[in-house]
Amino acid sequence: MIYADNAATTRMSEAAVNTMVAVCRENWGNPSSLYALGQRSKEILEKARDDVAKAIGADPREIIFTSGGSEADNTAILSAAKQGAKSGKKHIVSTAFEHHAVLHTLERLKKEEGFDITLLDVHEDGLVRTEELEQALRDDTCLVTVMYANNEIGTIQPIKEIGAICRARRIPFHTDAVQAIAHVPINVEEDNIDMLSASAHKFHGPKGVGFLYVKKGISIRNLIDGGAQERGRRAGTENVAGIAAMAAALTESLKNQEKTAEIVTRRRDRLIRGLQEIPHSALNGDAVKRLPGNVNFCFEGIEGESLLLLLDDKGIQASSGSACTSGSLDPSHVLLAIGRVHDVAHGSLRLTIDEDTSDEDVETIIRAVKEVVEYLRSFSPIWRDLMAGRKQFIL
Amino acid sequence: MALYSEKVMEHFRNPRNVGVIEDADGIGEVGNAKCGDIMKMYLKIDDEMITDVKFETFGCGSAIASSSMATELIKGKPVSEAMMLTNKAVAEALDGLPDYKMHCSVLAEEAIKSALDDYYSRHGSDRAEDESSKKIGRPVDAAGRS
Ligand code: FES
Repeated sequence: MIYADNAATTRMSEAAVNTMVAVCRENWGNPSSLYALGQRSKEILEKARDDVAKAIGADPREIIFTSGGSEADNTAILSAAKQGAKSGKKHIVSTAFEHHAVLHTLERLKKEEGFDITLLDVHEDGLVRTEELEQALRDDTCLVTVMYANNEIGTIQPIKEIGAICRARRIPFHTDAVQAIAHVPINVEEDNIDMLSASAHKFHGPKGVGFLYVKKGISIRNLIDGGAQERGRRAGTENVAGIAAMAAALTESLKNQEKTAEIVTRRRDRLIRGLQEIPHSALNGDAVKRLPGNVNFCFEGIEGESLLLLLDDKGIQASSGSACTSGSLDPSHVLLAIGRVHDVAHGSLRLTIDEDTSDEDVETIIRAVKEVVEYLRSFSPIWRDLMAGRKQFIL
Repeated sequence: MALYSEKVMEHFRNPRNVGVIEDADGIGEVGNAKCGDIMKMYLKIDDEMITDVKFETFGCGSAIASSSMATELIKGKPVSEAMMLTNKAVAEALDGLPDYKMHCSVLAEEAIKSALDDYYSRHGSDRAEDESSKKIGRPVDAAGRS
């Protein structure tokens, strides 16, 4: 099996599994209890908070544990919106290819609270232009939210520059760093970030746990009422085992980050070169400003779900932005945002590799994708029309 | 649980009657307005009997399996019987399809009907005007435009 869908989720690391099991077995007390059993859990929780804070250059009091990236995104955006609305500021700037946890929250603010939302163009290369961001800012802008790296095409945004622009204008800046954290170096101080969302299962931690970094001085509105946990910013008994496992996974990833990134990037580039040999194909998103493990291609004349099923038969797990793979039958909004038309978005393939993907695996993937694309094209009526000149190639 | 039944996967992995018939008596091409997939059917008809059928599909696993099954269901059958083929029959023969994939089997029904209409129009019958050919599928011209 070659697992190449690490942007969907990752295998839990040994350190994360061991930590999780140990906490469940030995430290199952409630951190809010005052006796020793509870206080031991509290210690584990606070140690995890220290570790997570250190990993991104924050203060432990600036970390709020959540159920994952979506909750963190919702909390950050709704908090900033509430704060903004107090002083009549109801304009938010974001991008067209954010994760739905961001986009749907913004849509709701627009529909239910009358917010004005500006979604920045991400251009063909999948990158925000800082000049355009600057132009979009208004006196009533209460939040800028731009993802650190895109979940489908992996493009890394100019976060530091965006943060600096926001700081100068005193506008809170949130970034959804779910795909980026642990894979690229992030420091909230250096990167001028006010709020940052992260999710453990994207860096070899468990599912159902994540965190939100909130810079001191920014007020947070809790989504969940019911207790004083997380300094009143997120009620509910803490997922101690999950949180401890997340901290373990993050610490471990950061230890080897530079080396891992170097190896994975080299393999990614080999994968890109290999797939570029397929005629009428194109890489989606900038080739350089992208996550180490992300490869995303469009192949003209074929459909993505068939491609995925046949790759699965060959032991390769991947994903696609094809309309047929989404329950809603809509093509990927990310691919549409970078200007891919529906026909082409149909034949998209996302391969997200990690340090476990060997050089040999990469060669196997290249061979398999070539074979499957060729096979599917052999009985695609669209491909026939393209080859016969009855239809114009797009790629 | 797998996304598709074993039958669907079997037809998807080993689709029957894939290809083109150069001297087809009827050709039908339909597209799915929803997800944008295209299916093309070629029929060879002798004495009101479907003697050969081939298909080409640009679409998901369910669409490819549906095309394959549909061709099996009409091959060697009289035209009158093929005209009655429903997407439900195709889906049932495949041991069912997920709800949100039922429309892919509709594509197969439409492609066959469109090919039969083409056959009738070439053979001077008014069958091509029949309403049943214009239900759900989005007819596509030879250049693949809708
Ligand atoms: S053909 Fe698109 S979902 Fe089946």
